[in-house]
Formats: sequence, structure tokens, C-alpha cells
Amino acid sequence: MTHLPYIVASYALVVVLGVLYGAGAWRRLARARRRLAAIDKRASH
Amino acid sequence: MVASSVMSSTARGVHRFANPGRFLRLSGRVLPYVAGLGLAFTVAGLGWGLFFSPADWQQGDAVRIMYVHVPAAWLASAGYLALAVCSAISLIWRHPLADLAAVEIGPVGAAFTALCLASGSLWGKPMWGAWWVWDARLTSVLVLFFLYLGHIALVRAFDDPERGYRAGAILALIGVVNLPIIKFSVDWWNTLHQPATITLSGAPSMYVGMLWPLGLSAVGFSLGFAALVLARLSAAVMERRIRSLLAVRAWEAEGR
Repeated sequence: MTHLPYIVASYALVVVLGVLYGAGAWRRLARARRRLAAIDKRASH
Repeated sequence: MVASSVMSSTARGVHRFANPGRFLRLSGRVLPYVAGLGLAFTVAGLGWGLFFSPADWQQGDAVRIMYVHVPAAWLASAGYLALAVCSAISLIWRHPLADLAAVEIGPVGAAFTALCLASGSLWGKPMWGAWWVWDARLTSVLVLFFLYLGHIALVRAFDDPERGYRAGAILALIGVVNLPIIKFSVDWWNTLHQPATITLSGAPSMYVGMLWPLGLSAVGFSLGFAALVLARLSAAVMERRIRSLLAVRAWEAEGR
């Protein structure tokens, strides 16, 4: 591969952005679900 | 007559599926499938593109950046269109879920646009000998990125969130004019960026061994985009419900 560093960098960007945004969204959703279940009994069912 | 009945049935559909409680139940059910399929398609598309698709006769292996760059570019524009549709629904029907959807689409769309610009730059350096050129396509996508950033900043700039949503919706609708400019920039101006290889009106001028991984990657990116927005929007709906429950409790405590 003649342009390996450019190719690796572009695929690494997908991994980094995917992990950052995915983990961020998952943590935010889990926290909101937990807080809502704590204050609203209907939400825990 | 026909137009008004289509409008009213659209409005009924929007209100029925945009009910926050119904949305939370529906998104809770579909989110794992959308996220799982998105990951599977992305890994399959990018893996195929990186290891098994052929090199280009002119560009060599650098063409493999296409499997990242092109889906990111499509999603950058499609995401902005979704943002504009939510903004229109918000302005016309004043639906609170459309406001939240527009707010949550913004950062995800900005990330895909940043990925498009960065991967384009990484593709441009070995092919054109420059990280960046002030070409019509590149510049219009950069404007799209600034529109996303402007929307993100504007919806959070007001003490009253409703005013922020309204201002953001107007900005999003004005910015729609940039989408056809992005699409047709390579036809209207003499650009360094190549014209479209895949169009809706004609057969793609691309080898099928490259078309398949590109298609898989595009489906994966689209599902990934949808999963991120669904997760963020579900969290935003829950956070709004938490704020209102806490406000009601504080009001009740003051009244006693």
C-alpha cells in the first residue's frame, strides 16, 4: 500500500468518532433512564 | 383539495408518531437493532473496502478512503436535510419532539461533516498534493459544517429554550439553500473535486467490486447516524420529563 498512513488515518477517524459519540450517547441515555426511574415510578415499569 | 388532505394526513402522522411517550417506547424497542445492524454493516463495508476491494488503476490504494469519505459526505447532507425537516415541523406544528430532534441531530451531523472534511483532506493530500483547496465543493461543505456549528450554538444561546429552538429552526431553513449548492457545485463550477459517480438518474460508473462495499458502508453509516440520533433524542426526552417532574415537585413544596 503506497498511501497507507492516509488510509489508516481516515479509518481510525471513523473508529475514534464512533467510539466517542457512541459511548457518549449510551452513557447519557443510561444516566437519564436511571434518574427518571428514581423519581418517576411509572418509568421503572 | 388533494394537497390539503395530504397535508392533514401528514400532520396526523407526525402528531401520532411524535408523541414523546410513544416515541420512547418505540425507540427503546428499535434502538438495539438499529445500532447492531449499523455496526455490522459498517464493519462489513469498511472491512471489505480495506482488505478485499480492488485498488483503482489511477489512484491506487488511496481509493479505499472513498469507503469512509463518500458515506460521510452523504450523511452530512442528509443529516442537514433531516435537521431542516424537523425545524419546519417545529415552526409549522410547534411540536416539542421536533425541537428536540433538531437539537440532537446537530452535533451528530457536525461530526459526520467533520469526518467528511477530514477524510477528504486525507484523500486530497496524496491525490492533489494539497490538504485543502478553495474548490466549490470543499468550500460549500465547509459552509455546511459552519451551519451545523451555528445551529448547535444558537439553540443553546438563550435562557428560554423555546426562543433558541425557534432561532435555530430559522437558521436551519435558511441553510437548506446550501444543499443544492453542494450537490451541483461540481457541475456548475470547474472544480478539482470529481463529479458524481453515482446518480439517481443513471447507472453508476463504478466497478461492482467497489460498489458493494460502498453500499454496505453507506447503509452502515446511515443506521449508525440514526442510532446515535435515536439514543440522544431518547435521553433528551427523558431529561425533559425529569426537569418537568422536578419543577412540579418544587412548585408543590412551595405551595404547602
